[in-house]
Amino acid sequence: MKARIFVTLKGGVLDPQGKAIHHALEGLGFGGVNDVRAGKLIELDLADGTSDEDIDAMCRKLLANTVIENYRIEKA
Amino acid sequence: MKSAVIVFPGSNCDRDLAVAFEAATGAKPAMVWHRDTELPDDIDLIGVPGGFSYGDYLRSGAMAARSPVMQAVAKAADRGAYVLGICNGFQVLTESGLLPGALLRNAGGHFVCRDVALTVENAQSAFTSRYEAGEAISFPVAHHDGNYFADAATLDRLEGEGRVALRYAESVNGSARNIAGILNEAGNVLGMMPHPERVIEAAHGATDGRRLFEGLVEGLLARA
Repeated sequence: MKARIFVTLKGGVLDPQGKAIHHALEGLGFGGVNDVRAGKLIELDLADGTSDEDIDAMCRKLLANTVIENYRIEKA
Repeated sequence: MKSAVIVFPGSNCDRDLAVAFEAATGAKPAMVWHRDTELPDDIDLIGVPGGFSYGDYLRSGAMAARSPVMQAVAKAADRGAYVLGICNGFQVLTESGLLPGALLRNAGGHFVCRDVALTVENAQSAFTSRYEAGEAISFPVAHHDGNYFADAATLDRLEGEGRVALRYAESVNGSARNIAGILNEAGNVLGMMPHPERVIEAAHGATDGRRLFEGLVEGLLARA
């Protein structure tokens, strides 16, 4: 069983990496990019039957820092 | 007086901090490896050093904060031992929940490595008792993730409770309210991005950091 964890910075949190990517896209001549936010994708290969609660706990305890980040779990 | 410096894979200021602790306490600190589950009995002072623990994987300080030794550090802090986290050590302390907030990538995106002007905001703490309130000092910084972040309510609370120990006197990394160092509620844990251990001897070019360590020792002696 696989799970993909998407970790993104919360709305009000500054993202210098996203800003740098935005500038680089503009430098390449791509117009119309309003904003860029960079995040992380973490893929977990899990034992079958791993509970949703456990996956959520993994996110809260380590994979995301909920002071500054949100996370979304997508099971495949 | 017993002191210890925690060593993670990727720590690189551990030996500098050990020199500062030894100069102030007169005894060599125990160097405690991240996999250890215990600290020396009745530890008085714990240093969480700068560096790039675990290669800054996932987030700066995230892996180190979950290493076995940090449970022992939290227990000692709870008991009242002084805990000083510098640079990566500050990141480890926020990630482990011993201090509120988080340290984000510097606002400009650049690694900042230079001396910075600081103001001592709270000179009552165990860490800052040898400074004057409002005193201007200068410590070196060397970090990529020093941009302190906390929600407005937390920031207000830190300010209201005198827990902002040090503030940048200039724009450095985008830190909320120019915060450079904060205390926990009990006042025995300090996290700071600047490096006091790099300015303790005349040969370093400045000695502003020495009083931080001397003040700690003075406080410990008074407490004993």
